[in-house]
Amino acid sequence: MPAKTYVRTIINGEHVDFLCEPRQSLLECLRDVIGLTGTKEGCNDGNCGACTVSMDGRIVTACLVLGVEAEGKEITTIEGIAKGSQLHPVQQAFLENAALQCGICTPGFIVSSVALLEKIPQPSEHQIRFWLANNLCRCTGYDKIVRAVQDAATKM
Amino acid sequence: MTTTDYERNIVLSNVEYNVVGTRPVRPDGADKVTGRALYGADFDTSGLLHGKVLRSPHAHARIRSIDTSKAEALQGVLAVVTGKDMPHEADESDGTKYSRDNILASDKVLYKGHAVAAVAATNPHVAEEAIGLIEVDYEVLKPVLTAPEAMKDSAPILHEGLKTEELGEKTDKVSNIANHFQHVKGDIAKGFADADVVVEREYNTVTVHQGYIEPHGATALWNTDGRLHIWCSTQGAFTARDATAGILGVPVSQVRVTPMEIGGGFGGKIPVYVEPIAALLSKKSGHAVKVVMSRAEVFESTGPTSGSNIRIKVGAKNDGTITALQGYLAFEAGGYPGSPVNAGAICIFAAYDVDNVLIDGYDVVVNKPKSAPYRAPGAPNAAFACEQAIDELAGKLGMDPIDLRLKNAAVEGTRRPDGPAFPRIGCVEVLEAMKNHPHYSAPLGPNQGRGVAIGYWFNIGFQSSVNINVNSDGTISLIEGSTDIGGTRASISMQAAEVLGIPMEDVRPSVVDTDSIGFTAVTGGSRTTFATGWAAYEAAQDVARQMIERAATIWDVDKDGIELKNGVFQSKADPELKMTFKELSGQLLDTGGTVVGRASMNAGGLGAGGGSFAGNIVDVEVDPDTGKTLVTRMTAIQDAGKAIHPSYVEGQMQGGSVQGIGWALNEEYYMRDDGSMANTSLLDYRMPTSLDIPMIDTVIVEVASAEHPYGVRGVGEANIVPPTPAIANAVHSAIGIRMANLPINSVAIMEAKWKQQGN
Repeated sequence: MPAKTYVRTIINGEHVDFLCEPRQSLLECLRDVIGLTGTKEGCNDGNCGACTVSMDGRIVTACLVLGVEAEGKEITTIEGIAKGSQLHPVQQAFLENAALQCGICTPGFIVSSVALLEKIPQPSEHQIRFWLANNLCRCTGYDKIVRAVQDAATKM
Repeated sequence: MTTTDYERNIVLSNVEYNVVGTRPVRPDGADKVTGRALYGADFDTSGLLHGKVLRSPHAHARIRSIDTSKAEALQGVLAVVTGKDMPHEADESDGTKYSRDNILASDKVLYKGHAVAAVAATNPHVAEEAIGLIEVDYEVLKPVLTAPEAMKDSAPILHEGLKTEELGEKTDKVSNIANHFQHVKGDIAKGFADADVVVEREYNTVTVHQGYIEPHGATALWNTDGRLHIWCSTQGAFTARDATAGILGVPVSQVRVTPMEIGGGFGGKIPVYVEPIAALLSKKSGHAVKVVMSRAEVFESTGPTSGSNIRIKVGAKNDGTITALQGYLAFEAGGYPGSPVNAGAICIFAAYDVDNVLIDGYDVVVNKPKSAPYRAPGAPNAAFACEQAIDELAGKLGMDPIDLRLKNAAVEGTRRPDGPAFPRIGCVEVLEAMKNHPHYSAPLGPNQGRGVAIGYWFNIGFQSSVNINVNSDGTISLIEGSTDIGGTRASISMQAAEVLGIPMEDVRPSVVDTDSIGFTAVTGGSRTTFATGWAAYEAAQDVARQMIERAATIWDVDKDGIELKNGVFQSKADPELKMTFKELSGQLLDTGGTVVGRASMNAGGLGAGGGSFAGNIVDVEVDPDTGKTLVTRMTAIQDAGKAIHPSYVEGQMQGGSVQGIGWALNEEYYMRDDGSMANTSLLDYRMPTSLDIPMIDTVIVEVASAEHPYGVRGVGEANIVPPTPAIANAVHSAIGIRMANLPINSVAIMEAKWKQQGN
């Protein structure tokens, strides 16, 4: 068993320290070490976007980041999107627009969409589709997801 | 395109209700947008071990020996299992042997990725290392990868004991053809003799995957008391229980399955894969063991849907009357018998009322993963062929393709080629809605073409159970066994709420384990909103009956004089005597105890509710230099009978349409000659992204099914049937070439164009 490294991070606004093996991805650390299972694994090679999190303000697929690389970083996962019991407008819009079916891709889509609206508050349909192209959804055909993001944009 | 001059989502309703037909937020929504919902891989328990599976690198090989000693010796490994740990009895049937061998191979591996051994260890990385230490000695055999190749007399044989069933009779012929069947209606020779025009062509479709985003995952605990508890992502907890029990040779009462939330399935999470392996590892190690697949394992080791070879011959009179329909369908079953060729044969000509029909179906084993259901299994393959043939016929006759379909459309009483006569169906109404949609007459741009197609899926009824507990605050707890794959907690709750006259928000639905509710069949076959919704309706009726009796007791009147209307119990004779549902709920405990409503039913078999028809209008643009094809506009039309929650009906239609786009234009198992799949990642097996497609407009047609209390028809599947032919027809309209093979990618289009130009 390889020696573990001590990693200091801020996750969803709180100081979180953890031990991880050098070979463990941030995704594994979030899910299996820290217990934040809202971030999902769909492919483990950066192609489905289900594990999208925000790291120092930039969205990344947590499966392609090593746990040790999170040292000193500020990370936001799906668990940190709502403010207390108040859903983020993007979360509310996903609910009201029926923008999820099975829901496994939803955490990644919401993290990506929040980042999009922070960068481009009034995106065009094409900008939304371009931004979300690294998040795969197999259930919805994306129509209601795009609409939910458009809807959220009007409410932020 | 971001603005339109027409309504994008149309619902053609003719009956209005209070709750049914509205669009409330789903009851499980908050958990699913906050990351709290727990899926298959999210389960944890004390002492949990992690399992990994060793899989065959060969598509076809005999296992000479397996040496697990080095893996067993690795620090952190607590159990290793192989096919020898399966309970192969002396009198084991072929079917049981196949189902066990598909979980862990005993004598032969039949596809690359076939499981041969598994390890449980203290962490997944150690388990991964350990499977690398297992030594398997294989005698590598030549693989056979397509139905036409596997049907040849010279083909390598997968199962030396597999004897062809020919038209219902077992023969002595050992071959890769597991079954050949026929559906015959009328006189096919006479039908073609009566025809003025005949169209005939051969079509091929390739293996594609359901592509759910959540890989399979299960945790098993084989407890010291002999009971096995499984937590898994499955489309049916009872089906997973029964399959696991059968494979492990234990009574179903010994197995309890708790369904976790499920991250997509589309049929692919009906079979079990890792559940029995986790159970064997748990039994051996004495710990709970979790096994979660990688994406490559999902592609190589779980059921994709069949590739197929289909020939169609259709004859018609000059006025468009179709006189004969003939189909030949050979489907790849994968390593073990059981392709969806039967379902394909039921659906292939279902939209047409034709007197003379002959269908031949072949179920053929090949060295690919055992096929599993994929959304209307078999029907998209069949429609890809049939609906292009109809389009070609329309072209030859000079008829509008929708008019040709309307002239020959199946109606109530039309006998399907496989036997049953249709009850009330919406084939004509769907075709008319297609014809009337503004999309159908909108102008096209350069290099664009438009195609249409119709498709059918028969839907299933099967068994569902629902219990309803009335709470003292006027809400109800609705207990059900249908795993919620796309909003069915909402559509089921809404049907109970409608009966009781309460808001949907007052229904608290729970999907529970196999010890906690009566048998409920899979979430599949477009049955859940239909059958479990119907059970919820009946359970709510049971609640209403009991509460009317309670009101009668309280008021000391005859129960027949009380009715429940819009959530109020009232005496028909005395207008003063009335109580709301909530008021009466508050009095239950003191007047005889709480009310529990129950329903357990069989909602019919195959074809329950008459099934659902779906149509597409599709525009494509084909780049003349590269062949790259974009869907620029797509309209999905489907008969929902009655849309309980229209947003989730639209969602099914849009999702099925986009899976159809992927199937038509891009998706395929790219197979090497040695039987290995070259594109086992989501980068190389490229499913549509948000950037690849337009908005998908919908028209919900409502032709009530005769059986269901609200007229529901399941809508989960028919929508994936018409896209592949509609897109192929659109490509034909754009470039004038008939694309008879899937996928219709750039390479296929350019090769077809060069061939046409004589290059």
